[in-house]
Amino acid sequence: MLGYDISWAAFNIIEVMSSTKFTFKRTGYLAASQSFHNETEVLMLTTNMIRKDLNSQNIYDAGAAMTGLSCFVTPDLARDLANDVMTLLSSTKPYLRKKAVLLMYKIFLCFPDALRPAFARLKDKLEDLDPGVQSAAVNVICELARKNPKNYLSLAPVFFKLMTSSTNNWMLIKIIKLFGALTPLEPRLGKKLIEPLTNLIHSTSAMSLLYECINTVIAVLISISSGMPNHSASIQLCVQKLRILIEDSDQNLKYLGLLAMSKILKTHPKSVQAHKDLVLQCLDDKDESIRLRALDLLYGMVSKKNLMEIVKKLMLHMDKAEGTNYRDELLSKIIDICSQNNYQYITNFEWYVSILVEITRIEGTKHGALIASQMLDVAIRVPAIRSFAVSQMAVLLDNAHMLVGNTQRNSIYEVLYAAAWICGEFAEMLSDPRGTLEAMLKPKVTVLPPHIQGVYVQNIVKLYSRVVAQLEAEDNKEEAEALGELLVEKLPMFVQNANLEVQDRACGALQLIKQLIKLQSKGEVIGEELQALFSGELNPVAPKAQKKVPVPEGLDLDQWINEPPSESSSEEEVRGDIFVKSDHRMIQQNDVHKMPELTEEELEKRRKARKQEQANNPHYLKATTPSGKSGLISSDKYLQVTGNTSKSRKTKKTRKRSKKGKSVESESDEDSIRSVHVVTITEGEMPEGAKSSDDDEDERNSNDPHKALNIDLEELPLNNEDNVQSHPVSPLSTNAPGKVNLKDEKKKKRRGEKEHKEKTREKKDKSREKHKKKKQKEEDTDLVSSQLIEEKSKEEPVTNGLSPESADKNEQTEKQKNAENTKGQLDDIEFWLSPNDSSQRPNSELGAKVSSSPVPPSDLNLDSVKVKQEKEEKMSSKPEKTKKKKKEKERKSKKEKKKVREHHDSLLQEDSPKDKAEYEEAPGIATPSKEPGSSLAQTPMTPSMPPASKYRLLAEDKNMKLIYETRVLPNSSNQIVVSIIFTNQCGYHVKELEFNILDTLNTRLARGTDGNNQNSVKVPFQLPPGTTNEGQFAFDVDKVVMPQMLRGTFTYMIVTDGGSTHEKLDFKLHLPVSAYFIGSMYKRDTFTELLSSGDLSAKNTLILERVDYEFSHMLSKICFHCHFTVVEQVALSASLYSRSIQGDHVCLLAKQVNSKLTIDGKSTNSQLLSSILDEVKILLNPTENVSPCE
Amino acid sequence: MLQFMLLFSRQGKLRLQKWYVAHPDKQKKKITRELITTILARKPKMCSFLEWKDLKIVYKRYASLYFCCAIDQDDNELLTLEIIHRYVELLDKYFGSVCELDIIFNFEKAYFILDELLLGGEIQETSKKNVLKAIAAQDLLQETSPSSSLPDWNLTVILHALTWDPLEPRKHLRVFLKTMALVKGNASEDCCSNETTLGFGY
Repeated sequence: MLGYDISWAAFNIIEVMSSTKFTFKRTGYLAASQSFHNETEVLMLTTNMIRKDLNSQNIYDAGAAMTGLSCFVTPDLARDLANDVMTLLSSTKPYLRKKAVLLMYKIFLCFPDALRPAFARLKDKLEDLDPGVQSAAVNVICELARKNPKNYLSLAPVFFKLMTSSTNNWMLIKIIKLFGALTPLEPRLGKKLIEPLTNLIHSTSAMSLLYECINTVIAVLISISSGMPNHSASIQLCVQKLRILIEDSDQNLKYLGLLAMSKILKTHPKSVQAHKDLVLQCLDDKDESIRLRALDLLYGMVSKKNLMEIVKKLMLHMDKAEGTNYRDELLSKIIDICSQNNYQYITNFEWYVSILVEITRIEGTKHGALIASQMLDVAIRVPAIRSFAVSQMAVLLDNAHMLVGNTQRNSIYEVLYAAAWICGEFAEMLSDPRGTLEAMLKPKVTVLPPHIQGVYVQNIVKLYSRVVAQLEAEDNKEEAEALGELLVEKLPMFVQNANLEVQDRACGALQLIKQLIKLQSKGEVIGEELQALFSGELNPVAPKAQKKVPVPEGLDLDQWINEPPSESSSEEEVRGDIFVKSDHRMIQQNDVHKMPELTEEELEKRRKARKQEQANNPHYLKATTPSGKSGLISSDKYLQVTGNTSKSRKTKKTRKRSKKGKSVESESDEDSIRSVHVVTITEGEMPEGAKSSDDDEDERNSNDPHKALNIDLEELPLNNEDNVQSHPVSPLSTNAPGKVNLKDEKKKKRRGEKEHKEKTREKKDKSREKHKKKKQKEEDTDLVSSQLIEEKSKEEPVTNGLSPESADKNEQTEKQKNAENTKGQLDDIEFWLSPNDSSQRPNSELGAKVSSSPVPPSDLNLDSVKVKQEKEEKMSSKPEKTKKKKKEKERKSKKEKKKVREHHDSLLQEDSPKDKAEYEEAPGIATPSKEPGSSLAQTPMTPSMPPASKYRLLAEDKNMKLIYETRVLPNSSNQIVVSIIFTNQCGYHVKELEFNILDTLNTRLARGTDGNNQNSVKVPFQLPPGTTNEGQFAFDVDKVVMPQMLRGTFTYMIVTDGGSTHEKLDFKLHLPVSAYFIGSMYKRDTFTELLSSGDLSAKNTLILERVDYEFSHMLSKICFHCHFTVVEQVALSASLYSRSIQGDHVCLLAKQVNSKLTIDGKSTNSQLLSSILDEVKILLNPTENVSPCE
Repeated sequence: MLQFMLLFSRQGKLRLQKWYVAHPDKQKKKITRELITTILARKPKMCSFLEWKDLKIVYKRYASLYFCCAIDQDDNELLTLEIIHRYVELLDKYFGSVCELDIIFNFEKAYFILDELLLGGEIQETSKKNVLKAIAAQDLLQETSPSSSLPDWNLTVILHALTWDPLEPRKHLRVFLKTMALVKGNASEDCCSNETTLGFGY
């Protein structure tokens, strides 16, 4: 913790985390959150423990777990626990919801697949009743949206509403920030925002909010900077407010004010320039970071008029500045300011050069190289300034000893590099070349870094050639010879240099001069020829030039030129070398180094070739480049193009091949009218046919987790395949189902446990159960009501008289519905953003928006259907209320539950068993297994978690009603459970319930060990008037390939006032084949594996000529009633899978063409297949289909 | 999003650290060291914001303690200052005019409060009342949860490890004793005598 390694305690930490005592658990999670990270190996042991804690009864256990998880979540943990956290999103406790919402963000980052299924729920949390949850949701969505704004554009209306209605500053800031991210994508949104934002700016007293508003307004204005005339008012407002911030005594506000100001500067420099005084004032601030901000601002504030003034002020500051850091910063800023935009603001280059020279007097700067490159740049690109520059440089060279000075950090000597080169290259402009030459030969030069010495040597030769030519012209041969002698005498000091390059150059130069002296002694005139060595002008090459060389037609660089790969690699090296040479600006170090490496003869040859080329067509590059060796040749010729252009530039028609260059030139031409010098500034040479488009690829770091979160949330997955395995809630479902679903599951389990103990504590239990049911009902209504609110706000048309059947249908058509919704949503956005409506009344707009796009009846929410059902139920229960109030209540809640189940079982069926499998696979620390899934009942009398629950009527008379459903036991291959709900419909006490089945060879009722085979089974409870209870009976089955019809009897005793009577009820228990089916698959791959393995020998086909259901409806029906899983669905065809408890696989392929439905089946068992197809046929064929629904 | 939060004293001693983005220990140490030196070098008149690598650092000094947060480039600095202030207020309310010693001795409480205020680097609860309520409820739970007769060794080891500072064995001992008290659910004085019998010889 205090920086000491405690990784050794990782295991102890986990043990403490798993403790049941809150004290320990809390500490354990704290320790874990402090010390665990991705590489902590023990983390994988924690999955089950954390899950247990997340589902804990104690909210603080769950809270601690979530807090901890948020710190050490890994992709594995995120994948495994995403479901549990998603469940908590709909917890009843705001405390948990809030944490879960925030945790989801962390999970998304680690496990992007979770985003899609969770997003709908997250979105709902924006309208949560608890402000904490709401602001948490805003936080999370804002974070998500800021990284990938375009996927969240559809949420703009919701946020807009929040923004205009909320007073929570914390949340407002986030929302406004979000809008800042959204506006660049949708300029119309910006227009809408301006007004509320300006209102906020006017009204708020919170600086943070003000600051955020200004930031967003700036972003908005940038996005709509064109085409909105009256935004100057808002800009003015912003600038005014910022001025107040900057003038504030609080340093923080000052800093932020400057920061925001610099953002405005980019688009509206004029409005900021008015506050120059303020910014200059900030330069005197005590705080360095504020001064730096002010400098940034200055950068954008300069104009031609004030440049000199500002720079002068900066120079003054530089003299005063104490810290070298700040001084360096100032220096580079001065250069930046002057050189920005291709020296746009400089009217007098003489001034600039003198500034540069002045700067060299500053001690201990690290920007020597920068100054040097500026000198070179100016001297080369501004021909008019050369003579002045050369004279200044000569002065610098004379005073070289001042620069070579002392400290290590000092890099100012770099300017000598530039000075030497400039003096050498433009030697003809030197007033006293000989003096300069001598200055360069001073012995102190040897202390300079080798690369500068190299330049010295080279330019000494240049100067020499110049001076010699001059002397020869004056016929002063002795002087010329004497000069040669001087060089021969001095050059050896370079020859002795340790640096190879300097040595090389010096040797070359020395030998050349010795040779020349020989020639001179023979009386030959060498000046002319010597100067030819250095004739021609060097031009800057645009930085992007190399990249822009167009690939000639027919050139395939990936193709082998020569077969053997070993050679090709060496060839590449050679090519690379040449590229480097031609690539960089000539003036840059590299090139200057390399040029002299060539022997003099070679240079000569090239120069000649270049001169020749100059006469030729400049477009030769394309025409003459052969496909194979273009790399070599083109780069060679590229040099020549440079020469070519340089010639044309001498005639003052500078070639500009890039657009940018052109525009700049025209500007600088304008400048030149007013400026002292005739200035031509070139952007740099570009190759033929190059486009000057900027390369703007998505440069986002591939490590950025947000990249993975770029998921289009509007687009819904086509099928379940898209759904990640571990999500219990299909993305298609609305939020409520998942919640009820899981709750239901849990509740059921609990109920089951209770039934186990029922004999002893029957009454107590019942009351508790009732309580629980009530609770659930409350929850449901809560949920429903919240949805009602939502609906009201949307003013969706409500259709009347929706039957449960259509509700069912509704569920099945969810897919289309959602798609339509999405579409509608998008339309809404369009409408919302349309410029016609006023931006002030979002509410009325929302209303208008919906009414303008009428929602088809089928578009109704699933939840609204539920509400309706409930209403219906309430209505129906009214008349009976007087007498059977209690009973009705029971039934109602049960029915409700059932219905809820009906709605969601298909989901459950598809996903949750899979989940279980996956969870169980995960290695877990040995914790008492209380999670759902691992505590499955082992005895036939306890209920297991059903993959589906579908109650059918078994028998009914005036006293009793029996309904049943079948369930499979996941671990047993020859047992199924029939769960029967007994309802006492009469007003008397019913007891001695006995249940018997006439066993068949195949199917036998499990009667326990002791009983005779024909004995009936006693139902272990009694039924007071109007009550309902559930009994479960296990059946042993041998074969599961045929449907079974079992006869049975049910006897009971009614205790009336007068005595008791025995009653008997006969029934037939129908066990369809699907009763033995487990509609789940452990892994998705198995389906294709199965089909390709050839194990599925049995084939059968079912053709239905006329099917009245929609395809998706039909699929759901099959899945629901026959326990299948949809593996994949593409348009109107789908593959389904299920397997029997005895391990026989059944795969179905359903296709619909018009109204004709074809179902091809493959299975490992032919009888099973035909039975199931028969069942499907009965299920789908409307004529024979007696709806099994109640 | 907050990347991390550090509390350190004017002497440069780290008092509290919370990382919302997992880093290996080495890197954490490096970042911490770098930031502490940078911030301590700044003069009191300077503004509270720094640009550091690709993050923004927002810090504020309260008495002898520096509170330092790292946020993303596009986050609101003033909001972060608010968060820091809110945290200080919470500490103040909880401990009753908080001082550095409170945070040293009850570091776990300080963490718990922080965890209620922030989660995963985002503000979780803006209401002071709610945070304190949650903390109070948890503390109550902690007190009422049945205390075992024997100290849980693992817990001891961890709390121990969390606070172990070789340079200050005396302070460490105090923290350790407090830990024992926590484990046993007793007042800290009772534990003083246990120290030798437990076998931790310092």
